[in-house]
Amino acid sequence: MTSIAAAANENMAEISNVLIYSAMAVYTLAFLAHIAEWVLGSRSAVGRTAAALTAPQAAAAGTAAQAERQGGGTAVLERPKVVTRSGAGTRDVPDGPGAAGTSEKGDVYGRIAVSLTVLAFLLHAGSVLTRALSVERAPWGNMYEFSTTFGMTLVAVYLGLLVAKKNVRWLGLPLVTTILLDLGLALSVLYTDSDQLVPALHSYWLWIHVSCAIISGAALWVGACSTLMYLFRDGYESRLESGWTGRGLDRLLAELPSNRRILRFKAHLAKYTDSFVMRLPSSATLDKFAYRVNATVFPLWTFTIIAGAIWAEAAWGRYWGWDPKEVWSFITWVAYACYLHARATAGWKGRKAAYIALAAFGCYIFNYYGVNIFVTGKHSYAGV
Amino acid sequence: MAKTETTPATEDKDIDDAGSQLSTAPAEEGGQSVPGSFGGVRAPGALGALAWTWRETTGWVRWFWRQLTSMRVALILLFLLSLGTIPGSLIPQTSVDAVKAENWKKAHETVAPLYDKVGLFDVYSSVWFSAIYILLFTSLIGCIVPRTWQFVGQLRGRPPVAPRRLAKLPAYTTWRTGAEPEQVLAAAEKLLKRRRFRTRVSGDAVGSEKGYLREAGNLLFHIALIVMLVAFASGQLWKSEGQKLIVAGDGFANTITQYDDFKSGSLFKVDDLDPFSFKLDGFEGTYERSGPQRGTPRTYEAHVTYRDGADGAPRKKTIKVNEPLETAGSKVYLIGHGYAPVVTVRDGQGNISHQGAVPSLPLDGNVTESTVLKVGDYRDKDGKKDQLGFKGNFVPTLDLRTGTMLSQFPALDNPRLVLTAYRGSLGIDSGMPQSVYQLDVSKMKQFKDKDGSPFAKVLKVGDTMTLPDGAGTLHFDGIKPWATFQISQKPGNTTALVGAVAALIGVAGSLFIQRRRVWVRAVRDADGHTVVELAGLGRSESAKLPEELADLAVALQPEAPPLPEPDPADSADSSEGARA
Repeated sequence: MTSIAAAANENMAEISNVLIYSAMAVYTLAFLAHIAEWVLGSRSAVGRTAAALTAPQAAAAGTAAQAERQGGGTAVLERPKVVTRSGAGTRDVPDGPGAAGTSEKGDVYGRIAVSLTVLAFLLHAGSVLTRALSVERAPWGNMYEFSTTFGMTLVAVYLGLLVAKKNVRWLGLPLVTTILLDLGLALSVLYTDSDQLVPALHSYWLWIHVSCAIISGAALWVGACSTLMYLFRDGYESRLESGWTGRGLDRLLAELPSNRRILRFKAHLAKYTDSFVMRLPSSATLDKFAYRVNATVFPLWTFTIIAGAIWAEAAWGRYWGWDPKEVWSFITWVAYACYLHARATAGWKGRKAAYIALAAFGCYIFNYYGVNIFVTGKHSYAGV
Repeated sequence: MAKTETTPATEDKDIDDAGSQLSTAPAEEGGQSVPGSFGGVRAPGALGALAWTWRETTGWVRWFWRQLTSMRVALILLFLLSLGTIPGSLIPQTSVDAVKAENWKKAHETVAPLYDKVGLFDVYSSVWFSAIYILLFTSLIGCIVPRTWQFVGQLRGRPPVAPRRLAKLPAYTTWRTGAEPEQVLAAAEKLLKRRRFRTRVSGDAVGSEKGYLREAGNLLFHIALIVMLVAFASGQLWKSEGQKLIVAGDGFANTITQYDDFKSGSLFKVDDLDPFSFKLDGFEGTYERSGPQRGTPRTYEAHVTYRDGADGAPRKKTIKVNEPLETAGSKVYLIGHGYAPVVTVRDGQGNISHQGAVPSLPLDGNVTESTVLKVGDYRDKDGKKDQLGFKGNFVPTLDLRTGTMLSQFPALDNPRLVLTAYRGSLGIDSGMPQSVYQLDVSKMKQFKDKDGSPFAKVLKVGDTMTLPDGAGTLHFDGIKPWATFQISQKPGNTTALVGAVAALIGVAGSLFIQRRRVWVRAVRDADGHTVVELAGLGRSESAKLPEELADLAVALQPEAPPLPEPDPADSADSSEGARA
C-alpha cells in the first residue's frame, strides 16, 4: 500500500470516528425526545384504565371493509368482512394507544424522536461505511466494528418495521437506549484502531457468517424487547381483570399488611409503571410479535452456526471443536429451540415461554460480549 | 418438534374435532402416570405372579417410554443440554487445549480432582453429557416415528368434512348470492385447487387444506438432526489428526511414524492413512508494522510441493490459514510457524558433530523462541567421549535499548541467538523418551567463563561461539523458517454438511409454512337465495388467515355475486360469532 493510500485510509478512519460521535449525539437527542413523548403521554393516559376494560372487540384482526373496484368499473365488489374469534383464555384487551397516549404534543415529540433516529442512523451508517472503506474490507474484523455494525443493523430493523407499518413505535425508547449503551461500550471498552485483518479472518465466510450473526442479533433483540414488554403488559392485564389498577391498586395497597413486603413492592412498582405499560400494545399482540420475530430469526441463526462451522473447517481444521464461542452459540440455539417448543406445549405457553425467550437472548448477549471479555478462545481478535 | 399444538380452543365440539385432526401430534396423555398398578388382579399361584410381574414391567416400561417421548420431558432434556454445555466453555477442556487444562488443574489443586471425577475437563465426552443427548435423541426418535406414520396417513387421507357451524371457527365470512349452491361449490373447489389446496366435496360444503409441507419440514429437520449426530459421532470414531513441524526444505510423508503428535478415533486403523507426501519449499509471514496492533500477523503462506499417492506427479500449492491443502481424503492445515537457527557444532577434535536447523519453540507473540540443541556424538579436546547441550533463546528482533532480551517484533529484523552450553550426560542413553525441546541439566555442568560466571554468548548470523578450554565451537550458519501443519482425515464431513443443509431447509419450512383449513358451504335459505359461508382454521400463529380468507372470498365473488344486505334482523346471526 502506498503512503498516499494509507493517508487516505487514515483520513477515512477519522471521518468514521467523527461520524460515530455525531450519531451518538443525535441518538441522545432522540432519547430525550422519546422521554418527552412518554412523559407527555402519561398525563393524557389518566382515566384510560376504565376505557380499556369496556373497550369493544377492536382487537379483532378483521380485514376492514374496503370498496374494491374491479377493472373496467362494471362491478363494484365489497371486500367481505371477516369475523375473527380469538381462542379461549386470551383476554381481548385492545392495544394501548402508544407512547404519546392521546397527547398531541407527545405525538409531535415522538415523531421528532423518530426523525432524529433516522438522522442518527444515516450518520451511523456513514461511520460504518467509512470504516469499511478505510480498511478496504468488511467492517467486522474486531469487536468494535462488530458492535457498531450491530447497532446500525438494530436501528435498520426498527426503521424497516416502521416503514412496513408495523406497530413498533413503542420500541423507540428502549431501542435508542440500547444503541447508546452499545456504542458507548464499543467506544470505551472495545475500541480498536482501524487496521487489517489477522490471517484467520481472510475469507469470504467473514461476509456470510458475521453478517448473519449481526442480523440475527439485531432481530433477536427486537424479539427479546417485545417479550420483556409482554411480561409487564401481561401482569398489568391480569391485574386489570382483578381490578388492581388505578384506584383499585390504591385500595389494595391500603389493605395490604405491611409485612407482605414483596407484594407491597410489586404493587408499588405496578403503581409507577402502569401509566407506561397501559400505553403498550396488548400482551397478545406483543407475544405474537415476539414469537414471529424469534421464529423468523431461528433459521437464520441456525444458518449462522452452520456457516461458522464450514468456515471453522477451512480455517482451523475442524467444523466443531467446542470453542467457547461455538459452545455459546450452540447454547443460544438450544435455548431458542426450547422457547419454540415451550410455546407449543401445554403449561409452558405465555409467561414461562417468555422467561425462556429472555434467557435465550441472555445467552446470545453473553456469547456476544461475555465470551470475548471473560473467556479466551479462538474468537478473540485484536485484544478482545 | 411441535408435538402438542393445541388448536384455538372453542367450546364447540365440532371445531374441536376439526382441530384435533389438524393437530399432527399424538394426544397428550393425562391421568396415565399413576404409579404402581397397571390394572388387573393378581391371580393366585406362580403363573399369576408371573403374569402380574409381566404386566407391571411392561406397564412401567410403557409409562417410561411415554414420559421420555413426551414434549415436557423433551423440553427438560433440551434445558439440561444447554445447561450441561456451559461448564465446558468456562473450564478448560483437555480435548480442546490440553496444556491449558493441565495448567488450570495445577492452579486449582483443591477442586481439580473433584472436577476430574465428574468429567468437567472432558464435558463433551462425559457420561452425564452423553446421557443427556442420548436420551434427547431417543426421545426425538420416539416422537418422529409415530409422527411420520401419522403424516403419511394424513397425506393419504382427505381433508376433513366441514364442521356443522362454520361461524364458530376462528375466521369466518358469509354473504348471500343469487347463484346456485352447486355452482358456487364447484367454483369454490376450482378456486381452492388453483390455490393449491387439497379439496374434498361432501354434501353442501367443500373442505380443503394446505401447508402440508410444514409438517414435512418439521420431520425433515428432526431427522436431519439425527443425521448430523451420526455424522459427528462417526467423524469422532474414524478421525485421525496429527501435527508435524517441518523446517523449510524438509518433507513429510503421511505415515504414522512421521508425526510429532497423533490423535485418532477409537475405530481408526493405521492403514487408513492416505498415502501422500509434501515438501515445505518456503514460508512467508508478514506482520503489522505500526499502530496499536503492531506485530499482529497479516499473512501466513506456506509454499509446498506435494505428491498424491506413493509416487504421484509433484504439484505446487500455497497453504494459507483459510486454505488448507486437500489431497486424497486428507486436509493439511497451516497452524503455526517459527524460526530454526541453523548451526554447525565442532567438537574438541575439530570434527563436525552436529549440523542443521534447530527448530525453536515460540514463547510469545513476537516469536521470542526457546532453543535447545543436544549433541550426543561428541569428543572433547583429549578425544574422550562426552555430550554437549546448548540452551538459550532465538530472538528475531533484538533491541537492547528496551533493556530486555525479548523479541520486539516477530519478523527477522535483527535476529540474535543467545546461548549457554553444558557438558555431561544428556540422559538420552537411558532409553527413556524425552522432549527434544527440553534440556535436562541435572547431570550436566555449565561451562564457565574465566571469571567463573556462567558462559553465554549473543550471536549474529555468521558468528562463532568458542567454548572455553578448547571444548569446541558452535557456528551460527543461518536461519530457516519452519511451519507446523495439522493433517486431518475426517470421514463424515460431507454427511454432516448434507444434514446441516437439510436441517436448515426443514426448520425454515416448519416455521414459515402455515398449515390451515378452509371450508366453503353453500346452502339455499328460506327466501330461495344461496348463503355462502367461508371459514378458516389455522394452526396457532397463523395470523394471515383472515386476510387469506378475505382474498378467497373476493376471488369467489365473481362466481357468486353478493346480493344487497337484507334487513338488519337477518345479519344479527352472522355477527353473533364476533362476541367471544
